[in-house]
Amino acid sequence: MKLHIQHGRLVDPANGIDAVRDVFIDGGVIAGVGAAPDGFQADRVIDATGLVVAPGLVDLSARLREPGYEFKATLESEMRAAVQGGVTSLVCPPDTDPVLDEPGLVEMLKHRARNLLQAHVHPLGALTMGLKGEALTEMAELTEAGCIGFSQAEVPIEDTNVLLRALQYANTFGYTVWLRPQDAHIGAGGIAHAGPLASRLGLSGVPVMAETIALHTIFELVRATGARVHLCRMSSAAGLDLVRAAKKEGLPVTCDVGVHHLHMTDADIGFFDSNARLTPPLRSQRDRDAIRAGLLDGTVDAVCSDHTPVDDDEKLLPFGEASPGATGLELLLSLMLKWADDQHDPSALTKALAKVGIDAARVAGLPAGDLAVGRAADVVLFDPAARWVVNGAALASQGKHTPFLGYELAGQVRVTIVAGRVAYER
Amino acid sequence: MLNPQLTKNGELQHLLSIEGLPKSIVNHILDTASSFVSISDREVKKVPLMRGKSVFNLFFENSTRTRTTFEIASKRLSADVINLNIQASSASKGESLLDTIDNLSAMHADMFVVRHAQSGAPYLIAKHLIDTKQSHVHVVNAGDGRHAHPTQGLLDMYTIRHYKKDFTNLTVAIVGDILHSRVARSDIHALTTLGVPEIRAIAPHTLLPGALEQMGVRVFTNMDEGLKGVDVIIMLRLQSERMSGALLPSAQEYFKSYGLTPERLALAHPDAIVMHPGPMNRGVEIDSAVADGPQAVILPQVTFGIAVRMAVMSILAGGHA
Repeated sequence: MKLHIQHGRLVDPANGIDAVRDVFIDGGVIAGVGAAPDGFQADRVIDATGLVVAPGLVDLSARLREPGYEFKATLESEMRAAVQGGVTSLVCPPDTDPVLDEPGLVEMLKHRARNLLQAHVHPLGALTMGLKGEALTEMAELTEAGCIGFSQAEVPIEDTNVLLRALQYANTFGYTVWLRPQDAHIGAGGIAHAGPLASRLGLSGVPVMAETIALHTIFELVRATGARVHLCRMSSAAGLDLVRAAKKEGLPVTCDVGVHHLHMTDADIGFFDSNARLTPPLRSQRDRDAIRAGLLDGTVDAVCSDHTPVDDDEKLLPFGEASPGATGLELLLSLMLKWADDQHDPSALTKALAKVGIDAARVAGLPAGDLAVGRAADVVLFDPAARWVVNGAALASQGKHTPFLGYELAGQVRVTIVAGRVAYER
Repeated sequence: MLNPQLTKNGELQHLLSIEGLPKSIVNHILDTASSFVSISDREVKKVPLMRGKSVFNLFFENSTRTRTTFEIASKRLSADVINLNIQASSASKGESLLDTIDNLSAMHADMFVVRHAQSGAPYLIAKHLIDTKQSHVHVVNAGDGRHAHPTQGLLDMYTIRHYKKDFTNLTVAIVGDILHSRVARSDIHALTTLGVPEIRAIAPHTLLPGALEQMGVRVFTNMDEGLKGVDVIIMLRLQSERMSGALLPSAQEYFKSYGLTPERLALAHPDAIVMHPGPMNRGVEIDSAVADGPQAVILPQVTFGIAVRMAVMSILAGGHA
């Protein structure tokens, strides 16, 4: 299939392009940018007038809920949601049931995903068996099966000695360890940012120090081992300060934030809105402002959707009993455009797309987010001005819960191309 | 989301929290309650304001005292009362909170009095009633997690008004486990709404929620200092599971530092009143000599509590114009 995407505004942060350029695709890769390769005969011409043509989004955290939680979402529904949201590569954490700690499970997931011919799925393997924080997994085997890194998902390792060994072992083979900085005890059982709102509403709090204490430990272990660590879903200003200092020191660390934390604060919990129950919790305005600034100064390497489909039965509960998490794959692009729009700077669009494109791909070590000739033809075409209202009917994901329910957002995906094949269009 | 406890016209639709209630509504409830106090002294302790209405007491958490006072209040308003101890029924069979509500609504409930261990549970019910267009059904929060216990807060205000008349020259101290206390939160909001110039919280750091000052409270960790010159002392119950562990070493040590003894009471204003939401732990948070002493108004609180609950329910039911 030879595709000719014409008249679109190509925004390719990896190659510093923001201009009207045609894109030519052949054999699953980019065959030409600007000018057609010799003798190129398109099977299909896609008119992208008024649309942005960009690398497909790379999402560093999307829960597909398979295996084990098919009642919350299935691979089919969530993979559809991904391409509807312009996401062409996604990283999924290992907290499925069973946990992704066996090569066979990873192979099955990769196989199921491949058969759907949609986004590329890149699993993270469990760092410890069953995420129990005791025994290491067979990291080399898991890597062979397709894991791109190792993670504890939402389960902090209690025993610091195990974490030390895990980092040493991972570093032996050059694997990246993905950790969400969270102390195992402080803030355990907490359901909201420890601050004035949680005190007022009587919700048990997760203090910022739950994040910073964990970061201090992780950085000390990175100093000792030299292991490369990616910090997932940072939530606080103080935490980002520590990451900034660690990067300055030269430690091999990167970090991402969840897209919700780019826009919302604990005040959005309002009158106990369980849609705003997230992990890590939405924090104060100061924290949110620091996250937004962290994108600009490069402290934050990437933004992920933190896509976590939760069904009605687990959300229509009192705040403290509701499952944390929100649907995100189909909001990621619009919420990044919203951030870019808020910057009042024409170059912000490039920055925003880089955080969910080339920068995220670099963190994960994926050959994605780059539309140079010869690269994989993972492309999204979107109308940056088209507005849509976030509601259950608009979402392909089985997860219909998001704190942005009812919001009108700009940016609608028209075409998503994965490996040179049109995977979604509207 | 709009404040779900008020109608578009600013009238009381549900009583979920004192926070966000206009002073006029708080005063209206207290005024209405005073008209009910005398009913309890009459030979026939009943008024027909809620005749034919069904009040469901939904207690997802154990309570004898609060449930009983709501039951008495309902009966004195001539309502039909149905007590459901949900712990022992649906919830253990796996029925969800909102399914329970839908089922009881189908039995033509007019009012739910809800106690739940989770902060915000009554909001979920109120929002569900709005979403399902059942605006004729009202919710009274009878205590949700650590969040609010608005009728306790209102009866505390009634008690203070009864003994002190004016709120605008008072210093009120709340003593004890403020971290876990819905009563403390409701009292703080109510006192703030009614214009009390100084609200003090007295507790060790382990029993104080963060950022309490932002609720307009002066924090004291030394009880002797905190009690100096106060007009009202609200003691809080210390749950037994919190008496020994990472929050407090022992009940004895707690009493030594934070127990209200006659000596400590002497530091307060000579006319100070002593309140307690009950049930009391004598010798843990309060000395018997104080609990049974002339400054204690703990039993009148209970009596007023029935009148205040009658006021809240009759106002919600629209029977007391």
